[in-house]
Amino acid sequence: MPLSTESQTDNDQYILIASLDNARNLSNILKAISLRDHAIFNATQNGLKVTVEDSKCLQANAFIQTDIFQEYTIKEDAVGFQVNLTVLLDCLNIFGGSTVPGVCTALKMCYNGYGHPLTLFLEEGGVVTVCKINTEEPEEPIDFDFCSTNVTNKVILQSDSLKEAFSELDMTSEVLQITMSPSHPYFRLSTFGNSGNAHYDYPKDSDMMELFQCTKTQTNRYKMSLLKPSTKALGLSCKVSVRTDVRGFLSLQYLVRNDDGQICFVEYYCCPDEEVEEE
Amino acid sequence: MKFRSKIIDVGCLNHFTRVVNTVSKLTKSCVLRLTRDHVYFVLSGKVSTGGVSMWCELLQVNFFDEYQMEGVSADANEIFLEVTPENLSRALKTAQNAKSVKMKLTKKNCPCLTLAAELPSLSSVSRVVTHDIPVDVIPKRLWQDFREPQMPDFDVSIYLPPLKTMKSVVDRMKNLSNYLVMEANLKGEMNLKIETDLVSVTTHFKDLGNPPWGDDGSQTVSQSREDNLMAEVRVDIRKLQQFLTGQQVNPSKAMCNIVHKRILHLIFLHEDVSLQYFIPAVV
Repeated sequence: MPLSTESQTDNDQYILIASLDNARNLSNILKAISLRDHAIFNATQNGLKVTVEDSKCLQANAFIQTDIFQEYTIKEDAVGFQVNLTVLLDCLNIFGGSTVPGVCTALKMCYNGYGHPLTLFLEEGGVVTVCKINTEEPEEPIDFDFCSTNVTNKVILQSDSLKEAFSELDMTSEVLQITMSPSHPYFRLSTFGNSGNAHYDYPKDSDMMELFQCTKTQTNRYKMSLLKPSTKALGLSCKVSVRTDVRGFLSLQYLVRNDDGQICFVEYYCCPDEEVEEE
Repeated sequence: MKFRSKIIDVGCLNHFTRVVNTVSKLTKSCVLRLTRDHVYFVLSGKVSTGGVSMWCELLQVNFFDEYQMEGVSADANEIFLEVTPENLSRALKTAQNAKSVKMKLTKKNCPCLTLAAELPSLSSVSRVVTHDIPVDVIPKRLWQDFREPQMPDFDVSIYLPPLKTMKSVVDRMKNLSNYLVMEANLKGEMNLKIETDLVSVTTHFKDLGNPPWGDDGSQTVSQSREDNLMAEVRVDIRKLQQFLTGQQVNPSKAMCNIVHKRILHLIFLHEDVSLQYFIPAVV
């Protein structure tokens, strides 16, 4: 039953095998997109992309590229399936997801193709857990058609600075308004809550601002309830890129460094809530 | 009927507090049985408690510096009280740094277990905090309901894996399912399993060891049983989680006995405390 003694023939039947010495490298990044139960998995030669959507207005993607895995074998060009993300996270953390250095859960994830469960072999301290998570046919993720050529404004911030702002955001506000502009106020977050309006301004020459590329003043509102789950990703990340395109669509890209110092990306797309007259 | 006792040693006080805390996590109400040598916390399996029973036994001399009791009569020298362990636990919380704690049976408006904690003070005047915990005295004719449960005629007895690991696993499994199957054999192997529409999870423990029951114990494991053969029991996962979460005894030995498809019997042994917990199987 232990991972090492599994026979080669067992491995042959799988169309996807992905192994990690530290299951936290997967569970952490999946936590960052756990806003709904349904997660669409799409595996290619480049790695694993996991997508979660909410209300057709928000999409969160996690990318775990091949070199993060100690073993990554895929026998088809693309393998897709859908699983319950909450269940998957509970399985990945079955041993408690210890943060003690030197103690980690080894993971081997296998998929046998359409109609088969996603099988996880987890091992910690000689104890082995086998999970079989039922899979569903994957839905087609929404194409937000967010294209870098249509980006009007872009800033890259140290996540710490945005974490501070997000932790203080007035959650009684229905929307978060983001203003990006080549002139004052440059980058502004605004809320309109029960106790009044609040604005957080970031000067463009701040230490926290790694890049400032704004071509046009743009003010858009996004539903707070939709953006709130993105704080999970923010908490894990070290840098975040905030972009808006001509339609006012928002893209948040988070750079996440895992326990082993490797880098993964988490990305959120969000539709604007309503048109706002430009000032 | 008389009972008065005193704890002075801070180690004993902490230990006693931990035992009471453990009991209070497991049940809202239980029976405190006092005999000359032992203090017991007893929960006998009733439908209202989901059929769970508990038997916690403390050697009196290891906890109390003074201990005097006089039962209902000379030939029945015992006291049975129905208490809410949560009340006792809360009272002991205020007594954490006490120089001494006195516990006695008193008659106020109703029968009470009165706990008086003498707290350290800077002046020469001592500060005493007194808690009156209402109790029900259980008449002798009902005592038979709270006798030590018979050691079940188990199929497999096995040492438990490290409780921290077991707790993590059971916690996650509880998120996924309401019922858990525990199975074990005489080769020191134990599996925890859940199965739902969404997922099936099995955790395999091995090399746990099987306690030697025999001449000194009450049970002789049937020699004929095959080593590999699993005995299994399906239980309400919350009951098991409650036991693993609530325990503050940090047992030196933790084991369980499985009566195939009937009972899960968990035993925690610490130097001077033993805690037994019985979880009935569900179909």
